[in-house]
Amino acid sequence: MKAIVNVFLKAGVLDSQGKAVSHALSSLHFKNVKDVRVGKQIILELDETDDVKAREDVTKMCEEILANTVIEDYQIELIK
Amino acid sequence: MKVSILQFPGTNCEYDTQHAFESLGAKTEIVWHKSESIPEDTNLLVVAGGFSYGDYLRSGAIAKFSPVMKAVVEYANNGGKILGICNGFQVLTEAGLLPGALKRNEHLHFISKHHNLKVINNDNVFLEKLSKDNIVNIPIAHHDGNYYIDQNSLKDLYANNQILLTYCDKDGNTLNPNGSVDAIAGVCNKEKNIFGLMPHPERAMELLLGSDDGIKMLQGFLSA
Repeated sequence: MKAIVNVFLKAGVLDSQGKAVSHALSSLHFKNVKDVRVGKQIILELDETDDVKAREDVTKMCEEILANTVIEDYQIELIK
Repeated sequence: MKVSILQFPGTNCEYDTQHAFESLGAKTEIVWHKSESIPEDTNLLVVAGGFSYGDYLRSGAIAKFSPVMKAVVEYANNGGKILGICNGFQVLTEAGLLPGALKRNEHLHFISKHHNLKVINNDNVFLEKLSKDNIVNIPIAHHDGNYYIDQNSLKDLYANNQILLTYCDKDGNTLNPNGSVDAIAGVCNKEKNIFGLMPHPERAMELLLGSDDGIKMLQGFLSA
């Protein structure tokens, strides 16, 4: 199974890259963009069939290394 | 006096740091990250600057899993003194040895220049040779030096005198180059044996090179 992890700065932590991209889009005349958040996506190929176990493991990975929970939030999506 | 200096793949300030401490009369040893212990006679452990593991994932994030880091945590818990400079500061926050985190600079630029810093607290071994409100001129060179800490933890930093230095202009007025919370350039832990800062005191050892204000900072460790 595949796990897709999205890591973003927490709401309330200024996302300078998102702001810069937002300004760039605006100067390219995409006027309907209200907000941009830039994060990263980490795709994991897991040797695991149990959803619950997989989610548990990936959560641990996020807490220990994939995200810095002082400044970042993460979301996990599992794909069979 | 023995200063041990950690070296990860991508560390690039270990020899500057070695030169700086040796010029002050200390013995030094560079410790490769695969080592599972740090030299027993270490009086100060320095996590030197650079780009450990190419800053992959996040600055300092991979280094915290190096074999030597177990010994570093043990050394810290026994009250050993640790100084993290630049990437070393990032490694120490990632390892949870110092509070907060370092984000990308606010305006997304790599900043490399001399900057003035104000001494906020000197009731610690690192800055005891300086007085409160002293201004020192020290080079900064970083991309991820934007110090972040949540408001509650920030209150603790103030309450426990954990803020070491803030960025300022030559007159001591706040001048924030990178977006750091309250212009913080360096902090220590509550017990005041672990220190981290983004600026490079080891690069401010000779007037010929722009400033020798780093001498008084590093000397604090040598007299202890």
